Amino acid sequence: MEMTNGNSCPGEDMNLADPRLEVDLGGVRLKNPVIPASGCFGYGYVMSRFYDLDVLGAISFKGTTLHPRFGNPLPRVAECASGMLNSVGLQNPGIDAVLEKELPMMRSSFHGPIIANISGFSLDEYRECCRRIDGAPGVEIIELNVSCPNVHGGGMSFGTSCESVAEVVRAVKEVTSLPLFVKLSPNVTDIVSIARAAEDAGADGLCLINTLLGMRIDLRTRRPIMANGMGGFSGRDIFPVAVRMIWQVSRACSVPVIGCGGVASAEDVLEMMMAGAKAVEVGTANLINPTACRDIIRNLPAAMDRYGIENLKELTSSAQGN
Amino acid sequence: MMQNIYKILENREIASGTMSMRLEGEVDFYRPGQFVNIAVPGFTLRRPISVCDWDDRSFTIVYAVVGDGTERMSRMLPGESLDILAPLGTGFDPDAGAERPVLLGGGVGCPPLYGLARRLLERGVRPTVVLGFNSAEKMMLLDEFRALGLDVYVATLDGSYGTKGFVTDAMRLNGLDPDYFYACGPTPMLRAVCLGLGIPGEVSLEARMGCGFGACVCCSVETVGGSKRICMEGPAFRKEELIWK
Repeated sequence: MEMTNGNSCPGEDMNLADPRLEVDLGGVRLKNPVIPASGCFGYGYVMSRFYDLDVLGAISFKGTTLHPRFGNPLPRVAECASGMLNSVGLQNPGIDAVLEKELPMMRSSFHGPIIANISGFSLDEYRECCRRIDGAPGVEIIELNVSCPNVHGGGMSFGTSCESVAEVVRAVKEVTSLPLFVKLSPNVTDIVSIARAAEDAGADGLCLINTLLGMRIDLRTRRPIMANGMGGFSGRDIFPVAVRMIWQVSRACSVPVIGCGGVASAEDVLEMMMAGAKAVEVGTANLINPTACRDIIRNLPAAMDRYGIENLKELTSSAQGN
Repeated sequence: MMQNIYKILENREIASGTMSMRLEGEVDFYRPGQFVNIAVPGFTLRRPISVCDWDDRSFTIVYAVVGDGTERMSRMLPGESLDILAPLGTGFDPDAGAERPVLLGGGVGCPPLYGLARRLLERGVRPTVVLGFNSAEKMMLLDEFRALGLDVYVATLDGSYGTKGFVTDAMRLNGLDPDYFYACGPTPMLRAVCLGLGIPGEVSLEARMGCGFGACVCCSVETVGGSKRICMEGPAFRKEELIWK
């Protein structure tokens, strides 16, 4: 089970170009629906030691802000039964360093569509960050992370009210012509109304779900394990929550949906697409098995055969009937 | 770096609550102080554990049984296999130019210093070893270090063996005069060593990790050169890189 650099077996990975796996994501053609999720794959090149990244449908890069951020104090991670919590706190080198250094390195190891995951703590920050990323070579989609607190809105997350989601979408649409996908927070009472607000404000697509807020406590110290206390819950445990929300949102909205949350197998990809996703992001699985995305892509054709699926394009929302 | 299946050759208790496991498989370590990340059956996140020593086809880890994951590991038997990522991280630099280095180990921070001692000796550099433990029942690797022909000094917090106190006390009371230090142990010890010793050196940091290979940045520390990942740029850092608040 040797899993060195994918370049050592190019023939094998070239077989992954399979027309049955192709999907369309809001006008962007992906060779397959599998996308490493933001925050679990750096800026791509850190993973190129493990396999040839060109097998991937797209890559969503590490959440990037206008200014560099160190993030939260350590510990920033806690294990759960079948998932994990993180409180990294949007550590990133800032948009200018991403444009100058990270993106060129990313493009030297990956030649497919890049999804720029952008975060902000004010409308101005979102706007400025998206303005700078617009036109960057390789970037074909902007994915707005609206789970950050709004410093001008009492610290409440942008993604938890219809008004602030709409505001940030409108602000960003003014400065970019790239397809704009909004990555929704599941920590809301009614995901459908938030999704509709994003769509009505001009979002070209949606991505869901981001992490669920959680906490673990150390029995010995009687303190939260993570220095920040709370953090984002991800991994296999959240998969059913994601499937449910994708189902609800894709019925209510007409823009394309990227599914995300707990995906770890080809079967998970199929299930999420049946629920309504056009493409699927894989996050935490990469941290446990660095070749997770490649393995899922390799396993897709056989899984499709098993369930009588001709091609993935026709799979989206097929569980919803008519 | 590789993801590989390693076969357990040996898994035995070498001190109270401390196990030594030898694993067979492809070995590609190039610096002492590197670590491996072990998928423990039944647990989500891998367990990062530093490498004590290695040869052409096997390596040894020494780990403390501190939680459910390491408890599960402690019950594994020779012949069983583990899914392991290795080698990970940037370890100690045995070519740092030291002439009289001291190796300072605290508890389960001692093991990587053994691999380092062997690589220093290969280069004709003879380190002095100072190991600190909570008590005599926690002591480990003393015989192994001595078998390399090295002078080994011990400090125990309860005074049950050697100098009562910390490794820095044992250094002072034994009149050691090193020109460089390599340290691995609990954070307060590393802090005391970095702030207290007026010589250059390196320390190996530890942190709860997400991935262990640089992707999640859960283990970042602020250094004078900006943010560094303990799992990638570390775990070993030069003293002058670190910021102690």
